[in-house]
Amino acid sequence: MKALAAIDRPMLIAGLCIVLILFAGTAYTVTTQGTATFIEPAYLLQQIKIAAFLGIVSAGMMVVILLGHIDLSIPWTIAASAMLATAVGGGWALPVGLGVGLAVGLVNGLGVAFLRVPSMIFTLGVNAVLRGLMVMLTGGFAPQSNATGLMVWLATGRPLGIANSVIVWALLSAALVFMLTRTPFGRYIYAVGNREAATYLSGINTRLVLIGSFIICDVCAALSGLLIAGYTSKAFQAMGDVYLLPAIAAVVVGGTNILGGQGRYLGTVIGTVLIVLLQSVLSVAQMPEAGRQIIYGAVIIAMLLAYGRGSAVRG
Amino acid sequence: MNDLRLRFGQNLGLWLGVLLFVLLYALYSTLHPKGWTVDLLVQNANESFALIMVSMAQAVPVITGGIDLSVGPMMTLVNCLASVLVSGTPGAIVLGILACLAAGALAGFVNGCIVVYGRIQPIIATLATGAVYIGIALFLRPSPGGKVDENLSWVATNALAEMDTTYHWFPDGPPAWFAETLGRVPVPIVLILAVVLLIWVPFRNTVTGRGCYAVGSAEGAAYMSGLDIGRSRLAAYTLGGLFAACGGLYLALQTGSGNADIPQAGAYTLNSIAAVVVGGTSLYGGSGGAVGALFGALVLRAISFCFRVFDSNGPLGFLSNPLLQPIFEGVILLLAVSLGAARVFRVKNRLTLFT
Repeated sequence: MKALAAIDRPMLIAGLCIVLILFAGTAYTVTTQGTATFIEPAYLLQQIKIAAFLGIVSAGMMVVILLGHIDLSIPWTIAASAMLATAVGGGWALPVGLGVGLAVGLVNGLGVAFLRVPSMIFTLGVNAVLRGLMVMLTGGFAPQSNATGLMVWLATGRPLGIANSVIVWALLSAALVFMLTRTPFGRYIYAVGNREAATYLSGINTRLVLIGSFIICDVCAALSGLLIAGYTSKAFQAMGDVYLLPAIAAVVVGGTNILGGQGRYLGTVIGTVLIVLLQSVLSVAQMPEAGRQIIYGAVIIAMLLAYGRGSAVRG
Repeated sequence: MNDLRLRFGQNLGLWLGVLLFVLLYALYSTLHPKGWTVDLLVQNANESFALIMVSMAQAVPVITGGIDLSVGPMMTLVNCLASVLVSGTPGAIVLGILACLAAGALAGFVNGCIVVYGRIQPIIATLATGAVYIGIALFLRPSPGGKVDENLSWVATNALAEMDTTYHWFPDGPPAWFAETLGRVPVPIVLILAVVLLIWVPFRNTVTGRGCYAVGSAEGAAYMSGLDIGRSRLAAYTLGGLFAACGGLYLALQTGSGNADIPQAGAYTLNSIAAVVVGGTSLYGGSGGAVGALFGALVLRAISFCFRVFDSNGPLGFLSNPLLQPIFEGVILLLAVSLGAARVFRVKNRLTLFT
């Protein structure tokens, strides 16, 4: 019972924090504009729609963080997937975009699993290579960068009343939760994150677990890149840059241990919603960029001080 | 003799970095039309200074087994602060410089406190404080601009001889020994030597400085040996902040203004990690040093210098294509950091890989 509470506490606090942000935002709009914008269903639905892009990136990032690794190649995986997909266009756009994610994940996984280069620096190098590839691709000539109809439909179409991007996020979440909690592969991810040597000695091919996890992470990033391109109807070079740090923050604020081995998927969803709402409320409140950055950092520190502290060294 | 061999072996990464830099820079200087001149050296030293400082700032926390993702933001913060403070009367300038360095050290100290007393993982703690520092920088300088003392700017970014022409050290004109030799040395190189010899080397030889290496290689053992591991960590992050402040201050002198550029801050942070690794410091902590990071940063800079000078009609002409440079730089970066993988093929027991 106590162990359960310890795991749930981050989600409880993050949830309360979301309510607090909405409350503070509403108090602000009621006093200044006389409207309660933040608790209107239309506004909340709009936020969930925007949150889907970050949510999908965070979902993939969480799998890698559960291993005790990190993936810094996210920004240009997002951009490369969207740019190549729009450049190819037509029916092959989606497979090409997801294929980019698969390839990047494979390279990352091979580097981390076989060369044993720390993931932080290896994925950083892969990010630089991807950036170079995209500059090479778009520099000499300008390939078309308009999103295909299918990408636009996936991101903004709403045949079921809610935006398709939210449905994609929900389906992906269901699949990930099933994988993490009900399949051997999911349990191996937690095992590797807790103690890789012990997992290896238990007869599990830890290299495959690492490679598979990086592929999941980068395919998620690629998917998000396709959706973002569909949402903005264009693919552009720096489109992924704003997703890396919020994705890591969302995963960690959701209670996943940055050292790996511990964390629940629901926490990542709550963390994503918290980050997106915080950004949105601050921009509606016309907070200048300076104040937004300060509050953003302070909230992450405060939440981690509340439940993300490590144990003291005792010999 | 054995001692020498041991010292050499332990710093193999550093020597590789030095060798790589010497080769690359010699290649660059030979190919450059103005190669092997003081002018070119001054220009390159100016372009490298900020990255060198930020990389040294990154190296100290990495030695303790941590990481500091806020080095770029701290540099940007001090850059903006300098564009506000470093101008006016000589007294005001000196006070401004001291305030800038103190602000950087304070930012590093805050990082250290959150890591040591807050017990939050350094990677995420510095990620968050980095956002705060960028926020303060934007608050100080919402749009690029500001003013930095022009004489100081000129002096700091030229050879030592300009110091005499600007501030008139020698009333009777510079003596021959100064003009011929010392006067040709670029000021940024003097400043880097000063930082290394007056701050880093003394720090590394204190108990606290050696404690940083101990914490990085075996935290529990360091604790049981009676080392104050908290103080070592705190000192490492504070020193990182001070180094980043030197970089930010120099950037302000070099550009004559302050700019709270978020992508630039991020790029400096990421390049600093790469420089630390290229310079032979393990990301797992316990080895390497700030001097290695210095040469790591120089290697990164020398690589990008080299791409400028290839003759576009020569056999290596395709290397000078500006569109291809980012990918070459990326591939070289990836190869450089993969050099560490050599140990994989030497291990006798695969279990030792899982650390």
